[in-house]
Amino acid sequence: MIALIVRRGMQLLFLLLGISFLVFSSMFIAPGDPASMIGGPTATTSDLEAIRADLGLDDPFLVQYGTYVKNAVQGDFGYSYQSRQPVGEAIIGRFPNTLKLAVASMIVAIIIGIIAGLISALKHNSWLDVTSTTFALAGISIPNFWLGAILILVFAVNLQWLPVGGLSAPFYTLEGMKQLILPAITLGTGSAAMIARMTRSSILEVAKADYVRTARAKGVKESNVIWIHTLKNAMIPVITVIGLNFGGLLGGTIITEKVFAINGVGRLMIDAIAARDFPMVQASVLLVATLFVVVNLIVDIVYTFIDPRITYD
Amino acid sequence: MTRAMLEATDVVPVQKKKEKVYLVTLKRLLKNKLAVAGLVIICLQIAMAVFAPLIVTHEPAKQVLSASELPMFSEGHWLGTDNYGRDVWSRIVYGARISLIVGITAVSLGLVGGITLGLLGGYYKKMDGIIMRVVDLLFSFPGILLAMLIIAILGTSLVNVAIAISIWSIPSCARIVRGSVLSIKQKEYIMAMKSLGASDIRIMLRHILPNATAPIIVFATMRMGTAILSTASLSYLGLGAQPPTPEWGAMISQGQSFMWTSPHLTIVPGIAIMLTVFAFNVLGDGLRDALDPNMDIQ
Repeated sequence: MIALIVRRGMQLLFLLLGISFLVFSSMFIAPGDPASMIGGPTATTSDLEAIRADLGLDDPFLVQYGTYVKNAVQGDFGYSYQSRQPVGEAIIGRFPNTLKLAVASMIVAIIIGIIAGLISALKHNSWLDVTSTTFALAGISIPNFWLGAILILVFAVNLQWLPVGGLSAPFYTLEGMKQLILPAITLGTGSAAMIARMTRSSILEVAKADYVRTARAKGVKESNVIWIHTLKNAMIPVITVIGLNFGGLLGGTIITEKVFAINGVGRLMIDAIAARDFPMVQASVLLVATLFVVVNLIVDIVYTFIDPRITYD
Repeated sequence: MTRAMLEATDVVPVQKKKEKVYLVTLKRLLKNKLAVAGLVIICLQIAMAVFAPLIVTHEPAKQVLSASELPMFSEGHWLGTDNYGRDVWSRIVYGARISLIVGITAVSLGLVGGITLGLLGGYYKKMDGIIMRVVDLLFSFPGILLAMLIIAILGTSLVNVAIAISIWSIPSCARIVRGSVLSIKQKEYIMAMKSLGASDIRIMLRHILPNATAPIIVFATMRMGTAILSTASLSYLGLGAQPPTPEWGAMISQGQSFMWTSPHLTIVPGIAIMLTVFAFNVLGDGLRDALDPNMDIQ
């Protein structure tokens, strides 16, 4: 197991280097002169030259990339063209909101997804199954920005039960939880639908297994057959889907943050793209992609713990 | 002699047998009610997109400020009008055209890239390592993030959205094709083609690719839904279609400011997106089941 973790850790390191290279080079080929963006319209030629020399923009590409990686490892991602603020600081300030949103939506997705999938499988081919699977399909198809808008319209504007947006209050307060409900449902619905589909198909597949039939033949109580023999094994692929979805949710927060006016990394990224604030785009993309691959690695490792039949040799 | 034999082998998968496979697939697909519903919705949408000028009642970009924010079922505007007095139905119809064009373009480009990489990676062992590492790298980004990164470089427009979504589709397609190629290239008929001296290109394009179409068709159908949803999402974020283009995501974004007074401006385009994506998803599901040879045909 330790060998696996070390090997995957090394692979992760190379992947991170690849990600940083891709992100850095994509910004390098993007049109626009960073020196002019920093200097503004009033900057003279000598000002621009000074900025270029200061930032090392005249250096060869690989030297610039090397400097970028060296600084990034130390937490220095440069300065925002727009706000002149250190990029790392700006992102760290926004990150807790993004993480809160991703975790809350994951909780919503797991609860709704597993319950819906379970009911669907246990009441296979009943009206409950049909309703649940149709809702799951609809859940995958709903644009989450639209769902968010509809939820705001119903629960915030008409019923006035929940706030329209923002995520300013601490999550452990009542106000904080109220602020989280609508964004979490908005972001979690798609994942809930996927988890429900996977739970249903996994349970139905395991229910056909020989050892489940044997358990029934031995006279094991039906509840034990379901909870111990079926569910325990059926949950293995579900856990993978949950893990992979968590990575996806980190990406999904970008849209949800815009709908609910949440000050998170996603919103920061959208504003940075619109303003062509490349250091900000680079760092925020790098952060989300890094989290995504780290979460996937953790899922892979956890997977081998849960299912000893799986080896990555 | 060899050339004649090679040409003969290209035709060998007898036409009748092929027709039978199509019929069986169609028969299976038509048994799936949800898939049929999806197919009907998609056909209707294609008809809407093709005959848009004949269906619409108004010019989609024509502003009539005296008739702004009319509710649904108003006279002459059965889906109402937006804040500029533009007819919502006409914009929805033209939006279908935009969604389909962007979706088809993005998926087609993604397929070309993905199939090429998948074929090369699966067929040539030496290229496999490099191609798969590139694919892994592209997989390291949550989909929408990769699209946003590409748009950050290329700039905001619908064409760039299509390019971004196509690049995002490449790794998934490449993996699917590679998997199929790896199993197909071990088959005896491929060995036979090699021993007859067929070129690698001929083997890949005429013998491997046609036998790997089933997963590609399913992927493309499902991807259409994802592409349409992503186009709408990126336009909603202001990174895709720009006003006054009648794109569904952009329509929701504009309508959201008037949600209190005219909720239909948000609700109607959302339903259009949902129905379309739902249709492609259920059709994809249905095709996957229909093309699965392990399923019994009753």
